[in-house]
Amino acid sequence: MIRFEGVHKWFGPLHVLNNINLRVKPGEVVVVCGPSGSGKSTLIRTINDLEPINEGKLVVAGMDLSDRKTDINKLRAEIGFVFQQFNLYPHLTVLKNITLAPIKIRKLDRKTAEEQAMALLERVGLAEKRNAHPSQLSGGQQQRVAIARGLAMKPKIMLFDEPTSALDPEMIGEVLQVMKDLAVSGMTMMVVTHEMGFAREVSHRVVFMDHGTVLEEAEPEEFFKNPQHDRAQQFLKQILSPMH
Amino acid sequence: MIGGLDFTVVWKDLPYFFLGRYPKGPLGGVGLTLYLAVVSLFLSFIGGLILGLLSVSRNRLIKWGSSAVIQTIRGMPLLMVIFWMFFLLPSLLGGGMPASWTVITALTLFTSSYMSEIVRAGILGIPKGQTEAAISTGLSHRQAMLHIILPQALRNMIPSFVNQFVSMIKDTSLAFIVGVSELTQVATQMNNRTMLYPTEIFLFIAVIYFILCFAFTELSRWLERRLAYQKAI
Ligand SMILES: Nc1ncnc2c1ncn2[C@@H]1O[C@H](COP(=O)(O)OP(=O)(O)O)[C@@H](O)[C@H]1O
Ligand SMILES: [Mg+2]
Repeated sequence: MIRFEGVHKWFGPLHVLNNINLRVKPGEVVVVCGPSGSGKSTLIRTINDLEPINEGKLVVAGMDLSDRKTDINKLRAEIGFVFQQFNLYPHLTVLKNITLAPIKIRKLDRKTAEEQAMALLERVGLAEKRNAHPSQLSGGQQQRVAIARGLAMKPKIMLFDEPTSALDPEMIGEVLQVMKDLAVSGMTMMVVTHEMGFAREVSHRVVFMDHGTVLEEAEPEEFFKNPQHDRAQQFLKQILSPMH
Repeated sequence: MIGGLDFTVVWKDLPYFFLGRYPKGPLGGVGLTLYLAVVSLFLSFIGGLILGLLSVSRNRLIKWGSSAVIQTIRGMPLLMVIFWMFFLLPSLLGGGMPASWTVITALTLFTSSYMSEIVRAGILGIPKGQTEAAISTGLSHRQAMLHIILPQALRNMIPSFVNQFVSMIKDTSLAFIVGVSELTQVATQMNNRTMLYPTEIFLFIAVIYFILCFAFTELSRWLERRLAYQKAI
């Protein structure tokens, strides 16, 4: 579903992605972790071309991003992206946040789009908020709406860039629950997160990044019990210590 | 008589101050001032929107081209632009353009370039995450601009637009230089007729300009508060 082959990216002199080779199979849930500034966001943002790659090959849902002829808008319609800062449209109601893209791109009529949006809102437990504006919602609620917005295009892949990092602790659970349900439903997911509970329970694989490279890639049990690299061991110690 | 001033000259010709020779002749005075301001503002809004959008284009050539136009116009005094249009347009169009429309064209060009900066700043002021979220759902950059960025940006720009309107009302007074009978021109005419009451006449039109501008400044403040309130909820 997602295939990185020798992908490189630079921000000026900064080699932010260094020879990335990764594969994500359909239905797989992959967690990406690593210290701040290691290139996790950049990595996940290359998948829908928010950050174009400079070198190598990247194939997503059968479309080759290194090929100039690929229709990027079409690719993006197949991928849901959830941001750390939610990025809901503040001038639109919850319902309109969700129906905008299906109406404009999938050419659904308003009624069908709204029915579909309501079904998604039920799924994330926010049906009663359909006419609220984003500013009237808590962070956790906003992020759940953002997930529903991503799902409205019936994507093949869902990407999450630290979806719970901007949330108050008491709201993290509700968002993770929605993501878990999604994972169980068979969605292909790539999730940048430091929620190791989520990684352990739900993910099929953990990818550990440092300084723009993938240092380690393992099943969660393996990764937590037996991290191979010093950097990964240090990172895990730091991340897990406050909770134990 | 107020403080030794005699406003009879004003009261006697009050309709002339407000409407010129309208309805028997062409509109003038305050009416023409407002007409020039409203029409020019409307056209400047469209011009500013277009120039502003061009100036944030992802195509460099378009971006630089529009910036060059904007900076050139901004670098000229308004009076110059009015003269240029007054002498240039009729000869370009083979005559037949009324002076008031050459003034409207000049005001529109001039204010469009200022408006475009407001539009540009408004667009750039919307967080990048908004565009990213929109294009991530598959919307094109153009659709993202139309449905997500512009509606938010325009809303933030409303107070600035009203302020531009206030400037526009004051700027219309320069139309007197090419003989368009707006408020200042009317006042000059009245004064030339007798030469006895310049203080009264110009005091009177100063008050009218003040009232117009004050009213619209208040409107802009009120809008600003209202929008801030809407944002807060
Ligand atoms: N648009 C950008 N321009 C220049 N440098 C950037 C940009 N985005 C990120 N970086 C830099 O690239 C590195 C990796 O960033 P990022 O992918 O956000 O890391 P992470 O998500 O792992 O914290 C950081 O050093 C960051 O400062
Ligand atoms: Mg990041």
